[in-house]
Amino acid sequence: MGHVFHPGHEELHGVTVLVKGNAGQVWVGRYHERTARGVVMRDVAAFDAEGGESVEAWLRKQLKFGVKITHRTLVVPSSDAASIDRLVDVDPSQVR
Amino acid sequence: MPYDERLVAPMRAELTRIGVKELKTVADVDAVLGDPEGVQLVFVNSVCGCAAGAARPGLAMALGQGVRPSAVYSVFAGQDLDATARARSYFADYQPSSPSVALLRDGEVVYFLHRHQIEGRGPDAIAGDLKRAFEEHCGAPR
Repeated sequence: MGHVFHPGHEELHGVTVLVKGNAGQVWVGRYHERTARGVVMRDVAAFDAEGGESVEAWLRKQLKFGVKITHRTLVVPSSDAASIDRLVDVDPSQVR
Repeated sequence: MPYDERLVAPMRAELTRIGVKELKTVADVDAVLGDPEGVQLVFVNSVCGCAAGAARPGLAMALGQGVRPSAVYSVFAGQDLDATARARSYFADYQPSSPSVALLRDGEVVYFLHRHQIEGRGPDAIAGDLKRAFEEHCGAPR
């Protein structure tokens, strides 16, 4: 781990991450940068809590079949971003 | 828009010199994936850093010893657009990403390595993942 292929950027730049929101939101996408506006992500899939699917099932699908992109760019306000983890390190059964 | 071919030629050569057959046209793709036999690996090549730093060298390491797929192909995302789209149609349940690796047995996807499993990891780790997949799906050693 820890290979930085984009000098001058944060270590997570370009890496697919899972961002959890304070109110139960879950986003998966490539971390771009953190700015005053928040966490900027590219090629993002957003979990739809109203869709009837559990977050665990949704995450397992993203892991197996790849990230189903719904937003090319998304900014999660810093105040909403509770945690940021590399997707490969995520255990779907532990995400609530 | 594709990059200048002079820029990407070394990225192609890194694979072809280890025996990977490039599929550059739709006809190339259909000729091999349309008539599947045995275990076929399709490497979706890319100009990005994780292809150079992890995926291509990881593939080379994995193919270097022990069991391996009966055929190994590559398409170049962002360069050979039609061929890449056609190859992806053979594993359409999987979201497009590059670099990535699909392993097909008799035309069915049995393993897929996504870009998110490559980013930020080294070639040893990628080779390890691929070797485990080869051992599971590719049968007896050569």
